[in-house]
Amino acid sequence: MTLSYAEVWVLILGLAALTVAIKALGPVLLGGRDLPPWFSRVTALMAPTLLSALVLTSVLAAGRSWSVGAHTVGVAVAALMLWRRCSLVLCVAVAVLVTAGLRAI
Amino acid sequence: MGVPFAVVGFFLSASFGVLARQAGFSVAQASVTAMIVFAGSAQFAALSVLTAGGGIPAALTAGSLMNARFLAMGIALAPSLPGGRMKRALQGQTVVDSSWALANRGDGTFDRWLLFGTTLPQYVTWTLGSVVGAVFGDVLGDTHRLGLDAIYPVFFLSLLFSELRDAGSRWAALGGGLLALALVPITPPGVPVLAASVVALVGLVRRSR
Repeated sequence: MTLSYAEVWVLILGLAALTVAIKALGPVLLGGRDLPPWFSRVTALMAPTLLSALVLTSVLAAGRSWSVGAHTVGVAVAALMLWRRCSLVLCVAVAVLVTAGLRAI
Repeated sequence: MGVPFAVVGFFLSASFGVLARQAGFSVAQASVTAMIVFAGSAQFAALSVLTAGGGIPAALTAGSLMNARFLAMGIALAPSLPGGRMKRALQGQTVVDSSWALANRGDGTFDRWLLFGTTLPQYVTWTLGSVVGAVFGDVLGDTHRLGLDAIYPVFFLSLLFSELRDAGSRWAALGGGLLALALVPITPPGVPVLAASVVALVGLVRRSR
């Protein structure tokens, strides 16, 4: 909030450069060669692991503390509906409506 | 397949535009951030540090920590990318959470064209959303009340459910999620998700009987 116009540009360019570097690192260091079979067994497990961590931290944490909010309830209802094989669009709509509804009261 | 994510991305990026304007960004600055950073969680993290009164180093650190999971995703993706170092580095830029998960074939390899194809519409709407949010922020007001933050977790849940093919992936998901939650109070935001990827190393012992 206290940053000047020029400082904001420094921040934006810095964040962009760091993001590019982070995304490039793995492909630059490890690409273009055959990796042993154990490597793909590990990467196959990365998707469920990272997705689960992303979902749980976005729903049950805020900053550095555990926290429950209206969106926790909305997502929980949608999770139940996904489990019962409702369509994704419907599940998302219900999650948003429940969350917005709880915040309105 | 990237289209539903693109729609969601539009609204999230619009809320970024609104918040960035409130934090003192110009319309151009808010839009360029979305265009050249193109990493939602990092953008929001950096912004929240600024709003809380933090400086540039703290904002860059918070944003980069949120991005740290892209290290793990890039490592997993690396063997599926052809070409020289420069070309691979460029292809690696197309990684966003949803496209990475969608392009994942489940056997440790990735369909890179699916990755590019699902990222492209998301990039377009991410850019558009930030412009709309930055310009019309005053009209939209507080986007928090709209409940849009419930969207991304639901999308990730649907991706997660399709990943739970066998007992191994179910245990990895449970372990990764619990480890991330356990680390929330003791590490800066972003670290828990990166640390959770360590759980995937159980792939080393599985089936190596």
